[in-house]
Amino acid sequence: MASSATLPDPVSASLSARGASARRCDTTGLGVCLTAQQFIKLNAVAAVVFLLFGGIAAILLALTRWQAVHLLRVDWFYRILTFHGLNMLIFWILFFEVAILYFACTVPLNSRLFSRKVAWLSFGMMLAGAVMTNVVILQGKADVLMTSYLPLLAHPLFYLGIILVAVGTLVGVFNFFATLYIARRDGTYEGSVPLVTFGATAAAIIAVVTLLHGAIVMIPTFTFSMGWTAQPDPMWYRMIWWGLGHQSQQVNVCAMVSVWYLIGQLATGARPVNETVCRGAFVLYILFINLASAHHLLVDPGVGASWKIWNTSYAMYLAVLASMIHGFTVPASVEMAMRAKGHGRGLFGWVGALPWRNPAFSAVALSVAIFGFVGGITGVTLGTQQINIIAHNTLRITGHFHATVVGGTTLAFMGLAYYVIPLMFRRDFIWRRAARIQPWLFGGGILLVSFGMSFAGSLGVARRVYDIERAGIYGPAAHLFLGVMGVGAIIAVVGLLLFVALCVGTLLFGARTSGRPMADWGVAEAVQGAPGEALYSDHWAMKGTIVLTGVFLACFAIYYFANWKALADVWHVR
Amino acid sequence: MNKEVKPPLLKRLMDNPWILLVLGVVVPMLSYTLWGWIELCFVPAAQLP
Repeated sequence: MASSATLPDPVSASLSARGASARRCDTTGLGVCLTAQQFIKLNAVAAVVFLLFGGIAAILLALTRWQAVHLLRVDWFYRILTFHGLNMLIFWILFFEVAILYFACTVPLNSRLFSRKVAWLSFGMMLAGAVMTNVVILQGKADVLMTSYLPLLAHPLFYLGIILVAVGTLVGVFNFFATLYIARRDGTYEGSVPLVTFGATAAAIIAVVTLLHGAIVMIPTFTFSMGWTAQPDPMWYRMIWWGLGHQSQQVNVCAMVSVWYLIGQLATGARPVNETVCRGAFVLYILFINLASAHHLLVDPGVGASWKIWNTSYAMYLAVLASMIHGFTVPASVEMAMRAKGHGRGLFGWVGALPWRNPAFSAVALSVAIFGFVGGITGVTLGTQQINIIAHNTLRITGHFHATVVGGTTLAFMGLAYYVIPLMFRRDFIWRRAARIQPWLFGGGILLVSFGMSFAGSLGVARRVYDIERAGIYGPAAHLFLGVMGVGAIIAVVGLLLFVALCVGTLLFGARTSGRPMADWGVAEAVQGAPGEALYSDHWAMKGTIVLTGVFLACFAIYYFANWKALADVWHVR
Repeated sequence: MNKEVKPPLLKRLMDNPWILLVLGVVVPMLSYTLWGWIELCFVPAAQLP
């Protein structure tokens, strides 16, 4: 299947009439701009390569923090920690997000990508920057961790590489917005953009703020490292840097939620129970989620309590509200779809009938559960100024964000890959049985990592520390939980390596699908006598999700109480 | 004569990515960045012992 110039179908013909080479997807029937497809592929492949780098670093780190193993030397520990943070939190995520943005602004809108040259510029800058940064780190010239807090100083190419990645991503985001403009101008769609495109727009807006902070902080640090300007103020550096470091993870959250809706629809036919509410939740993200960066400065003396409490609590809770709306509407829409298909026995009869053999669906289901129950509850609690004082800079923080960024975002992106690769590369996955267990391996491993870190952190074990034995204050319980973290990391990395092997093996050896739909992973089927559309007027039909929401709120209340109690135990009042 | 019904304000806001972009940049820049930057400007210089 090549250009739509030779294709008679109206979808791809309308794309080619606007000057785009296009094809019609044999599975979805949607038009696919071939330029967009090329850059979705390039960015996705680069993303998986950086995921592999970050994963190898992860197992080396876990086997070093697992004190009984203590694998790396001290210099290599901090080198690999720097490498792990940047590859996992910046490179893997940003490349995959650009792939998602190019998909979301073209395929659902039946539009061409605005510019091939701009896409090349973006990809070239990002790739050059990421390679440059990684080489400098591995040469031992940037042992400054991902945060690179001043006055620690790395080689200038380290900062230049990050600037290139940030600006390259910004160029890709420009291509996304320009595509939205030409799609509306050319009338490629009617009414509002689809929800997945709206979510991607929210992600792109947050990315603009994120990358602006990256440029503001990294350019003067680069010029300082060259000896051209004075050293920026370290307190100022920390504040602006977290505008890059934390906000880049909020881009993830938006992209991840968009993936939840998309896979829910593909696997079960779910549609949002109320689209306006879902879009409103994305608007709350746009306005308030970036303020969460202030969590990292809760023990910084330079900024006052009003700034801290406003940014991490009152305003930020509006973004938490948005997450809770998505956390309710995604499973609620899936439940409605399942009951409409006749799987409506009892409170949870629909759960057993879900397409669990579909790895994209199981990855997203695990992502929703891990992100909400572990990442979300711990995040809101640790972000409270008073409680933060007993958890700041401990492994509890890493336990939290491994549940959000890895158990939430990475797992959701892995799930999306089970559709992206067959639809964009037009090859069916190899080793389909292995693919079905991959999300469970990775998700289960990350849960253990998160629990191990969180409990070790509760016993006071600090993050970013090479050797806890030197302090001589940690008992066997702390070592046990570091062991749990280590075992979890081994399981998760096996799941990650399996994912990479599945992707690479499929690109090389997967059966070509040209001219036929992709092999079905399994979707929820309707049974005879299913109520169908009639069910959508029954608002009590989502009763299972309402019960799950109650369980979630109870877990949150217990965890929140336990933390206030732990804070109260810090001092004695007699 | 048919009067064209204007969509609700919230819908018009959600359908306009440019206004969302402006709001999405301005709100965190004011609340987090500018406010925090001003606070840091007023931190007194440390006295050397």
